[in-house]
Amino acid sequence: MRTLLHDERLRPWLLLAPALTVVGVLAGGAIVQAAVRSVSPVRGSGETGLTLSAYRSLLADPELPRSLLLTLYLATTSTLLAVVLGIAAALALRQVAARSRWLTTVFQLPLPIPHVVGAVAVLALLGQSGLFSRIAGSAGLIDDAASFPALVFDPLAIGILAEYTWKEVPFVGIVALALLRSSRVTEQEAAARSLGAGPWQRLRHVTLPLVLPGVLSVAVIVFAFSFGAFEVPLLLGASFPETLPVMAFRRHTDISLAARPEALALSLLMAAVAVACVALAMRVARRTIREEGR
Amino acid sequence: MTATATPLPPAQPRRTATGRGRHLRDDTGRSWTARVVVTVVIAGILLPLVPLLLSSFARGYFHPQVVPETWSLRAWQIALGPGAATWSALVASVVVAGVVSLISLALGLPAGRALGLYRFRGRRVVEFLLLAPVLVPPIAIAIGLHGVFLRLGLTGSVTAVVLVHLVPVLPYVVLILAGAFANLDPAFEDQARSLGAGRLAVLWTVTLPSIAPGLVTAALFGFLVSWGQYALTLVIGGGRVVTLPILIFASASGGDTAVTSALALFATLPALAILLINAHAVRDRAAPLGGVR
Repeated sequence: MRTLLHDERLRPWLLLAPALTVVGVLAGGAIVQAAVRSVSPVRGSGETGLTLSAYRSLLADPELPRSLLLTLYLATTSTLLAVVLGIAAALALRQVAARSRWLTTVFQLPLPIPHVVGAVAVLALLGQSGLFSRIAGSAGLIDDAASFPALVFDPLAIGILAEYTWKEVPFVGIVALALLRSSRVTEQEAAARSLGAGPWQRLRHVTLPLVLPGVLSVAVIVFAFSFGAFEVPLLLGASFPETLPVMAFRRHTDISLAARPEALALSLLMAAVAVACVALAMRVARRTIREEGR
Repeated sequence: MTATATPLPPAQPRRTATGRGRHLRDDTGRSWTARVVVTVVIAGILLPLVPLLLSSFARGYFHPQVVPETWSLRAWQIALGPGAATWSALVASVVVAGVVSLISLALGLPAGRALGLYRFRGRRVVEFLLLAPVLVPPIAIAIGLHGVFLRLGLTGSVTAVVLVHLVPVLPYVVLILAGAFANLDPAFEDQARSLGAGRLAVLWTVTLPSIAPGLVTAALFGFLVSWGQYALTLVIGGGRVVTLPILIFASASGGDTAVTSALALFATLPALAILLINAHAVRDRAAPLGGVR
């Protein structure tokens, strides 16, 4: 062996260096830039040095808490929907589509489709001149398109949630399905069954505890996605309150230059909230799963 | 459909082990429920595409028509006619997603090897550093980088869009490849080397074929994540890099509904082709996204 010990230790880092550098420079650069510019005075404002005025005016905006709540509501609800429905779909698919590749392929259909397309489709389905409204109109349930209940641009954000669910249930489901089909799960289920456990007991005490940790990491990605989603709430959301990403974009494109530092401050705030939520959720979920396992 | 009810091999021992009536009955009950659930799920997945199809082929599609009274190819002719913006948007989307996917593979192969094959101190930190950018809202990354690219004179260029797409794509590619490398036995590479194979020969004849399924998944997944991006392209491309999502959004907010429907359906076609190819190519049941952890 020519390789010295310290060479072997260095090797993974050398292999990782290019990817880490690119991600670090781009994502790190964005965060550092946002941090620096958010406390720099706007040209022509007369201020010098560092200023917290962007943060002050951002926090004084009465829309901010409502936007934060809306964004958290959307992220939490869509993650729960995706996890519950995704696991249910995977359990059902495992039973029915044991050998059928095409059913699994259709199940994955929304995965490669861009969210913009999903949002356009949801609008064509749930909007006031959408398919459901037309069916209700043809059936004589409503007089005209305007009397169809608001399912998009609505305060409960049903349209947005529908789009997220359509895209994310297959995402969670396909990972859950792969876990469910693994020999680790099937063998333990068979063992529980031979010990006399009924279907619900097996699901509750064997299958779910084995599948949940894997699903958790996907749930984190789903949460982060729904929290940061931009085009879907922009197309399907009400105009007030807006989600945080939409609010940040409006400030970024505002004609007033004074709004730019606020957009950057809001970007930092979003990054911090997203990472904090994920860290918290992981901690709680890990602890719950560990206790369940006992 | 009945052929799909064939039990998986692992299901057989349990059937012989518990051949009593009660168990058989609750099993058929469950598979009936499962059938209903699968039917509802598949219907829910296909349902949103129905109004797009109807409206894209309709002429004068007035409320409350459900099935159009007059069918027409007008919207498709506008969307896909010669000189339509769709074609340049398609080229932009393919170029950006293709280059992003290739760069991610080139950077991701060594990184995936490090994470898949080596146990080293700081491994978890690296995984966190790679995943963190995925957790940060893309619009925050875009707004932050906007100023940097502005000063470098890159804003509005395809290069800038490619660079910013690497932020969400590269971490996934690295993690999928790490999963692929975890199943590789480096002893095979050593054997090839001891038989006189050069570095490139080992890479080409041993390493790449052994991780081929993961490599294909990573490439396709990288392509599709980039293909679907909107916020990053909008802010960094500054309206000058028009990919299909940018075009569809513009059409959806103030364009002809029928044309928007046609464009939206058109944008799903390459993605669907990739899905079918991948379903065919990846023999492993773990499905395209099974590698994402």
